Amino acid sequence: LAAQRSAVPGALTMEKLSAYKDIASYNNFYEFGTDKSDPVRNAHTLQTRPWTVAIEGAVKKPQTLAIEDILKLAPLEERIYRLRCVEGWSMVIPWVGFSLSELIKRVEPTGNARYVEFHTLADPKQMPYVRSSVLDWPYVEGLRIDEAMHPLALLAVGLYGEVLPNQNGAPVRLVVPWKYGFKSAKSIVKIRFVEKEPKTAWVKAAVQEYGFYSNVNPKVDHPRWSQATERRIGEDGLFQKKRPTQMFNGYEAQVGQLYAGMDLVKYY
Amino acid sequence: MAEASSSLAARGGNVRPLHPSPRPRPAGVNGWLLRPLAKPLLFALCLLPFVWLLYGAFTETLGANPAEALIRATGDWTLRFLCLTLAVTPLRHWTGWHALARLRRMLGLFTYFYVLLHLLCFAWLDMGFDVAEIAKDIGKRPFILVGFSAFVLLTPLALTSFNRAVKVLGAARWQALHRLVYAVAGLAILHFFWMRSAKHNYEEVAVYASILAVLLGARVWRWARQRR
Repeated sequence: LAAQRSAVPGALTMEKLSAYKDIASYNNFYEFGTDKSDPVRNAHTLQTRPWTVAIEGAVKKPQTLAIEDILKLAPLEERIYRLRCVEGWSMVIPWVGFSLSELIKRVEPTGNARYVEFHTLADPKQMPYVRSSVLDWPYVEGLRIDEAMHPLALLAVGLYGEVLPNQNGAPVRLVVPWKYGFKSAKSIVKIRFVEKEPKTAWVKAAVQEYGFYSNVNPKVDHPRWSQATERRIGEDGLFQKKRPTQMFNGYEAQVGQLYAGMDLVKYY
Repeated sequence: MAEASSSLAARGGNVRPLHPSPRPRPAGVNGWLLRPLAKPLLFALCLLPFVWLLYGAFTETLGANPAEALIRATGDWTLRFLCLTLAVTPLRHWTGWHALARLRRMLGLFTYFYVLLHLLCFAWLDMGFDVAEIAKDIGKRPFILVGFSAFVLLTPLALTSFNRAVKVLGAARWQALHRLVYAVAGLAILHFFWMRSAKHNYEEVAVYASILAVLLGARVWRWARQRR
């Protein structure tokens, strides 16, 4: 995938990249199994062509876009983001894609569009674990409209200059680098603009553990473990101490103003 | 670890006569279990998971997150050895392989060995031996507290596993103490359940819980029958 280096402030961290092998073999993608080694083994059944994304709800121009059109929607950029999983590990990933705002502007949200909902494909024929009751399928995630419009919110179609591997959410996924990884919905088939805060898959499953906002925050612990530190996959050795987690995963300068005056303990 | 077989326990859980007896070794499984080689062989088998994990850690074949892999694997093996240890007595009753009793202590001690490794991996790889941080974690999180309690309760059992401890405590008291293993089993399953509740992934929890339920249920059933 031909991509230019992103000019968005904060979009290119200088940290050491995680290995492609780690990024593409250590995944949480429950539609293909709950173990992190499951998706790489099972995701080959995912059919990424033909693929369409339905855009609906509170927009002036609802439409269904084919993946080929999405790839041409805006110039592709390389962005190097930290990814912090809610489980306490992190990676540095060179994504390829463009700001989600490019797509949002095109469909012209109405005044009622206060939130954006993302739906992952849920096809039991392609995704063996959609038959399990681990989550209430399809996987739904959501952002506030101003979060979705932030230039760092990325619609990703590739990594390491190549088309996204299936297990990483092919053919198109969300990447919100200042939030825990599960907010970044994979293999998106529907984007809905709504007035009320979406009931996301994890809020439905365990709201006391995974809130709607789920901004990376070292000061707000998960009920069962601390979020103060993280293990950088492939870099922090077995016996090395974990590294401190940064507020908003290090993107505070760029996104902090979105949450000015908000109680981040209450809105975790 | 704490069965009606207190007469065996009082003799150190060892059914092999101390002095060579003119009696021939019984045939079948019991005879096989009584062979001198049975214990060293079991010891080597029980050590295999540890050797395998150590090999994986050194050759970096434990995946992208080896710390997590080690913590989980040592926890899994603790549960497996707990099931094996608790299976000895019901198996003896069902099959008549009474010579199994001489292997029970080793299985119990390996349960403790793997839980020690589990705790060590957590304290070292996850917490960097930060004692204050570990203490805070244990106090703050029920899932860690439950796991740690299971470890604490298992400790006196491991410490009184040698023959003389039975004599010093007296068979009845020793047996009462070792009934703590039932509480340990309950706590261990709760710890595992809570850990898996994040992913709503209870399949494996259900497998271990069923095995433990059968093994503990067999004891209750036998006890109820004997009282009649």
